[in-house]
Amino acid sequence: MAEKKEPVLVVLQLSGGNDYLNTIIPYANSLYWDNRPAVSIPEDQIIPIDQALGFNPSMEALKPIYDAGDMAVIHGVGYANSPRSHFRSMDIWHTCEPDTVGTEGWLGRALRDIDPNKENVVTGVSFGPSMYRAMALPGVPVACVSGDLETYGMLPGIEGQQRLKVLERFKNAYAPAIGLGAVMDYMGQTGLDSMAGADVLKAAPQRYQSSVTYPDSKVARKLRGVAQVHTAEVGTRVFYLDHGSFDTHASQGGEHAKLWREVSEGVSAFFSDLREHDAADNVVMLVFTEFGRRVHDNGSGTDHGAGGVAFAIGDPVKGGMYSEYPSLKAEDLTQGDLMPNQDFRGVYTTLLEDWLELDAPSIVGGTFESPAFIAKA
Amino acid sequence: MVDNHDIGLMAHLMRRAGFGAPREELERRAAKGYEATVEELIHPKTTEPADEYTLLRYQPAALLPGGMPPMGNVNWMFHMVNTQRPLEEKMALFWHHVFATGNSKVDNYDQLLAQIAMFRQRGMGNYRDLLVALAKDPAMLYWLDNNENHKDAVNENWGRELLELFSMGQGNYTEKDVRQASRAFTGWTFSVKIPRLPYGRFPWEFEYVAEDHDDGEKEFLGHTGNFNGEDIIDIVVQQPACGHFIARHLYNFFVADEPQVPSWKINLPRDEAAVAALADTFHESGYDIAAMLTTLFTSDFFKEAYFTKVKSPAELVVGTLRLVGGAELPRPDYGRDVALQPTYMGQDLLNPPSVEGWHTGKEWINSGSLMSRINFVAEMVGSTDLPGVQDMIGRLRAKGPLDPDAFVDSCLDLMGPLQVGTDTRQELLEQAREGGSLAWDTADEVEASVVRVGEMLQLIVAMREYQFN
Repeated sequence: MAEKKEPVLVVLQLSGGNDYLNTIIPYANSLYWDNRPAVSIPEDQIIPIDQALGFNPSMEALKPIYDAGDMAVIHGVGYANSPRSHFRSMDIWHTCEPDTVGTEGWLGRALRDIDPNKENVVTGVSFGPSMYRAMALPGVPVACVSGDLETYGMLPGIEGQQRLKVLERFKNAYAPAIGLGAVMDYMGQTGLDSMAGADVLKAAPQRYQSSVTYPDSKVARKLRGVAQVHTAEVGTRVFYLDHGSFDTHASQGGEHAKLWREVSEGVSAFFSDLREHDAADNVVMLVFTEFGRRVHDNGSGTDHGAGGVAFAIGDPVKGGMYSEYPSLKAEDLTQGDLMPNQDFRGVYTTLLEDWLELDAPSIVGGTFESPAFIAKA
Repeated sequence: MVDNHDIGLMAHLMRRAGFGAPREELERRAAKGYEATVEELIHPKTTEPADEYTLLRYQPAALLPGGMPPMGNVNWMFHMVNTQRPLEEKMALFWHHVFATGNSKVDNYDQLLAQIAMFRQRGMGNYRDLLVALAKDPAMLYWLDNNENHKDAVNENWGRELLELFSMGQGNYTEKDVRQASRAFTGWTFSVKIPRLPYGRFPWEFEYVAEDHDDGEKEFLGHTGNFNGEDIIDIVVQQPACGHFIARHLYNFFVADEPQVPSWKINLPRDEAAVAALADTFHESGYDIAAMLTTLFTSDFFKEAYFTKVKSPAELVVGTLRLVGGAELPRPDYGRDVALQPTYMGQDLLNPPSVEGWHTGKEWINSGSLMSRINFVAEMVGSTDLPGVQDMIGRLRAKGPLDPDAFVDSCLDLMGPLQVGTDTRQELLEQAREGGSLAWDTADEVEASVVRVGEMLQLIVAMREYQFN
């Protein structure tokens, strides 16, 4: 076990546009209170980080991680001319293509560089009903898990001995053959990758034991799946999962708090679990959202905005604050939104170069200022 | 007399012009004849659309779902599963692919469903009238920002997509034409009344604001005049490029997979003659979509195009549900169990990824979506208590004892008729041989045979061939 463990990246996507102002709260700034007559966090509940900023009270479980120096708060993340459309913005985050409609995901490219010969069908594992575009790249296998790992696999309805036989026939029928045509060939390879991935991943829970109890939430179940696969040491280098919806146009208070409690408690349990398995030292988690929300509330919620906040969490992370909280002054806003001051591709660059040790410019499409939140070994 | 060839051709027609059909319906339609069936599909006067009142009795929230899934999906899925006008519904899906409008921005399934209803009503009518209705559709106006297109501040989003994605395709107009078209649509917007209750919504309604319309002279595609939006559409539909573009879309959707739309400027159609024939019909008929569909479905290029398209998730899910039955009533879990299945496979209906719509054909397939597709369909056909599966079992049983070859061929026949490659058939045959002949004499034999049929059907739908339409 003396050999160096391979670095692993876990990406947690907060879908729907997380409200930056009520996540990392600029409580000492009167403009926060002026702009949030209806959707603010009572001052006595805010968890102070310093004289200016505090965590949302639902992030209580993350505070010890921050205090231990294992959590980087990256301010003002976004990109120029934010379109304020969920899809378009998420797409830009996924593909690093702000000007054209891209189909290749940044992590798809990273996976190609990590495993160019496609030796392992579970190098990338995605937890969600469909594949995230961030992981998509033609020819790069990604194992997509929807539902529980325990029941994951091809044809779960057929049981016992019969199942093994049916799967064997499936494999034979999908085997490469001459003259079927490009689409049949592609589908054949995809089917075989898919089944091989399922075989590997399904075995993971059987080898897994833990004293850590995860809270009962969707995101915690997915994180537990990530822990099961990671501790099974099957060579997975990139995990992807999401939680939401953070699209709090209306009745934001309770919903936003619930979502962050689920994320914080889930993430906290996840890292405790990894630590129990001595498997935390090679994991970095990125938590991001497609955009922050409008500075001024709309009476019961907040509308789509621009600049947001991202987090990097894990033992290899150098905790603290990175970049700056964008100005809340009216004259500094763009269409009522925070002006991003940290390009998201710079955050990716740090993760790709300093953590996964890959060539970032070819993956994110250029060179961007990258915050140094990874502690060099 | 109806023979196997007739059944095969009818099954092909119904897969493409609808969402497939159970054997009994195929037999009935084949007996009526192919041309008569095409005619009835295109002019569905005597058959019924899905019954909205049944939907509302079970799922009242599916009437005006607001911005939240899955009730928008439930509403449309109910229509697709139940309609007796399959081509009308398929055309609504076709236009949704072309005029892709998404809830991610519109945040209003009420209006998106109204747009789909408009496609149902006009989808096989006159293309010029359809474009005018689309230009006035509030969901579209908002989706492409025409409500922000003002006399003194032109927004080109709608004007551009009208030319690029909805009528002619790139390369057939200039940036100046985009500008002029956009000017002509200034003042085309919609109004919304503030609802009396905090959570209700009033419908959006098209509104023409004359004082916000730029009434000045415009030069567009060689024509000059004080054009308004309808004038622009009149000029657009006359362009040869328009007929060609719509023809290629129909070919791509109904005949065989073409490359993705943005590359059409570069990649020529795989069958130029077919697209030309459809385009000719478009212009000769005065932009009549029904006439184009008649040309298409009665052509040899259509009749010879068996299994040349990868099923879209909607086609796969709805086609399977209509085959196995049992999903006609929108029970409580309908959203998750049925209506969101295409979403899980990468086609979130009423919420396409962008105005370009979905990437189709082989791009539907990845390791996750393929597993979701196979598992969903296998679960359905393996549920031997569902009425459609029962019907298939009954038909097999009526044939008496079946040796392994006959067992496989009969199942493939009932599942399509489905054509499979030799390797695939070999694996199915191995499966059949293992249990020997299918027998129905004793209660034990029947029970065992039902299980074996369920497993055989699951293996069949797990094969690559079932992924094609």
